[in-house]
Amino acid sequence: MTLATIFYAIGFPLLGIILGLLYKGIDRKISARMTSRIGPPIRQPFWDVGKLLIKETVVPENAVAWIFNVMPIVALASSMTLLLYIPFGIIKAPLEGYGDLVVILYLLTLQALAMAIGGFSAGSPFASVGAQREMILMMSYEMPLAIVITGFALIYKSFSLSTIALTPVWTLVGPVGWIGLLLLLAALLIVTPAELAKLPFDIAEAETEIAEGLLSEYSGRNLALFYLSDAVRSFAMVALEVALFFPFTFSQGFGLQFSEPVSYIIEGLWFLAKVLILYILAVTLVRTSFARFRIEQASRLFWTYVNIMALLGLILVALEVM
Amino acid sequence: MANDKVSKISKRYEIPIGPIHPALKEPIRVEAEVKGEKVVKVDVKRGFAHRGIEYMGMKRNAIQTLYLSERICGICSISHPYAFVLASEKALGIEPPPRAQYIRTIIAELERIHSHILWLGVVAHEIGFDPILFWTWKLREKVLDVLEAITGNRINYAMYMIGGVRRDIKESHILALRDMIDYYRKAADQMKDIFLSDPIYKARTKDVAKLSQDLALKLNIVGPTARAAGLRVDIRQDIPYDAYADIDVRAVVPQDIMGEVNGDAYDATLVRIYEIEQSLDIIEYCINNMPEGKLLAIPNYVALLTTIRKTQGEGIGAHEAPRGEVIHYVKYDGTRDGPVVWKVIAPSYNNINCWGPLLLGAEVADIPVVIAFIDPCLCCNDRIAFVKDENGRVLDYFEIHNMSVNKTMKIKRMLGV
Repeated sequence: MTLATIFYAIGFPLLGIILGLLYKGIDRKISARMTSRIGPPIRQPFWDVGKLLIKETVVPENAVAWIFNVMPIVALASSMTLLLYIPFGIIKAPLEGYGDLVVILYLLTLQALAMAIGGFSAGSPFASVGAQREMILMMSYEMPLAIVITGFALIYKSFSLSTIALTPVWTLVGPVGWIGLLLLLAALLIVTPAELAKLPFDIAEAETEIAEGLLSEYSGRNLALFYLSDAVRSFAMVALEVALFFPFTFSQGFGLQFSEPVSYIIEGLWFLAKVLILYILAVTLVRTSFARFRIEQASRLFWTYVNIMALLGLILVALEVM
Repeated sequence: MANDKVSKISKRYEIPIGPIHPALKEPIRVEAEVKGEKVVKVDVKRGFAHRGIEYMGMKRNAIQTLYLSERICGICSISHPYAFVLASEKALGIEPPPRAQYIRTIIAELERIHSHILWLGVVAHEIGFDPILFWTWKLREKVLDVLEAITGNRINYAMYMIGGVRRDIKESHILALRDMIDYYRKAADQMKDIFLSDPIYKARTKDVAKLSQDLALKLNIVGPTARAAGLRVDIRQDIPYDAYADIDVRAVVPQDIMGEVNGDAYDATLVRIYEIEQSLDIIEYCINNMPEGKLLAIPNYVALLTTIRKTQGEGIGAHEAPRGEVIHYVKYDGTRDGPVVWKVIAPSYNNINCWGPLLLGAEVADIPVVIAFIDPCLCCNDRIAFVKDENGRVLDYFEIHNMSVNKTMKIKRMLGV
């Protein structure tokens, strides 16, 4: 075990949590300002987690206790692992070379699955309905997500994210491929709020319908873990989109050259800025300007429109590449 | 245990909505049995907000009861006093001065505007459209400010009195009112834009809570809910009172606006937004044609109470509250200065009847919309409560009283007080 491994094993998840919570705070602040509220201070998510951690953790009487308690850990672990596959600026992903995009797809699913299983094990009608909805939603958005990833595999002939991040995808294809890529990007952006259980697709946690659904029975430490996993996953998902579609580095974009340590810092900050912008556009703006869909409406949206869009994009990309 | 759960998953769930639930603003219980996302069985249980307010009113004098009636409901804090003063005036044979009648009408319409805007926000919140909740409630501040300027309070205005009103609307108030009218005319256009053309709002409210005309008639649905189903019912049109008698108020129904009636939550939104505009027209008419004169038929409250003590009579007052018709029955027997009988019928009592049939076959996601679309006011609702013992026998007043006295004694003994 080298020093670098230890750094990655401890430093990356810690960084992920801090960044995830920070971005969540910024997201809440901007959303509040957009609806003419003052909003909580940006550090509020940190306080929330701290508060939840010192609260009592209640396990319902008719819950399957061990599944109920394990699932938050599984969810957080899968979110953290997800983070280890994402190249951070020009720093290589820590788990580079141990399976890439397909593993990411599975890890994204695992987190949602953990929440659904946790909901089923809670033994509460609200949580069960929420879990059912989460399963239906998962089945709906996984297909377009898989199509997007297939599109990338077609272009690069590889599933490795670091290869993808090295050369911007837009430089590899012509005009037809651009249209295809734009369609894939649009599909991915529509999948994002569903993947992150944000409005308009927070159907599994609908507050006014089923009282936070999946999470209705969770409290204390378990809820804090889900909260953290949500924060980390939001950051990781957007970072993934940046790595896929906008891997332009600062030095490439502005034609500047930096010495070795400085460039790492500048590229890291540049990457964070890109993630922040996309986070605001794809998560904050969307969740403040839409109402919640019904589950069958969301399902239909993904199965027909988004699927068609993604498939069309895939066909265009394939035409270009083959 | 695990097997037990699996078998439960494939079967039906019972979803308890209430007495405490995010979709509810006040306590009531809806027990919905769901299969997947479909509601297959539903039961509505009321009676969580009974406060014995009518009984309290029958122990006080008429002016105190008037203020008590404001506290039946926080939103309809004009509607209940309005119906009460109308009933009392009929019972006592007092005619309020014309200026007071116009002022009453203005205040009642201001209340309708703020109540309808509040409802729009609530319904947006129920479908997860929180930014619209914040936006509409920000709009609502203007009318609350005007109400505060005129009456001194945002709610519980203490404005009405048997035989008139307690405060005048002055020139400066009229300026503020005109300003407010302009503000809400623009806001109403924006609301039409946001609520009636938004695709997701349409998707969530079209064909949800679809109330047919027959069902609405059968269940005695009143107010905007009935008008959304296409029934032309409006107390202001059917039995006009005060300034409404001078204004030709017509019930706002969707067939006049859109040409067709669905009776769903979308139509209810439509009716309410157009009613805001109608209220603005009524207020404008009232301030343009406000007669001069006194504010009270009997300015001295002691004289008023003396009159009440000497008068025998009964009266029914009906007012079109923002949620539908509110009816008060008052009886004075000439022995005391307060009502001997006071009966309140609030609109939500009728409207909640439609929850059962509308929820049956609906989806779980539609439950909050169905609950919210009638704008339920549950504290108006519960006028009677039964307490049963373990054998199912209904306990009478004295038994319950004795039980509570004994309970208090028991606690005192326990604490050694």
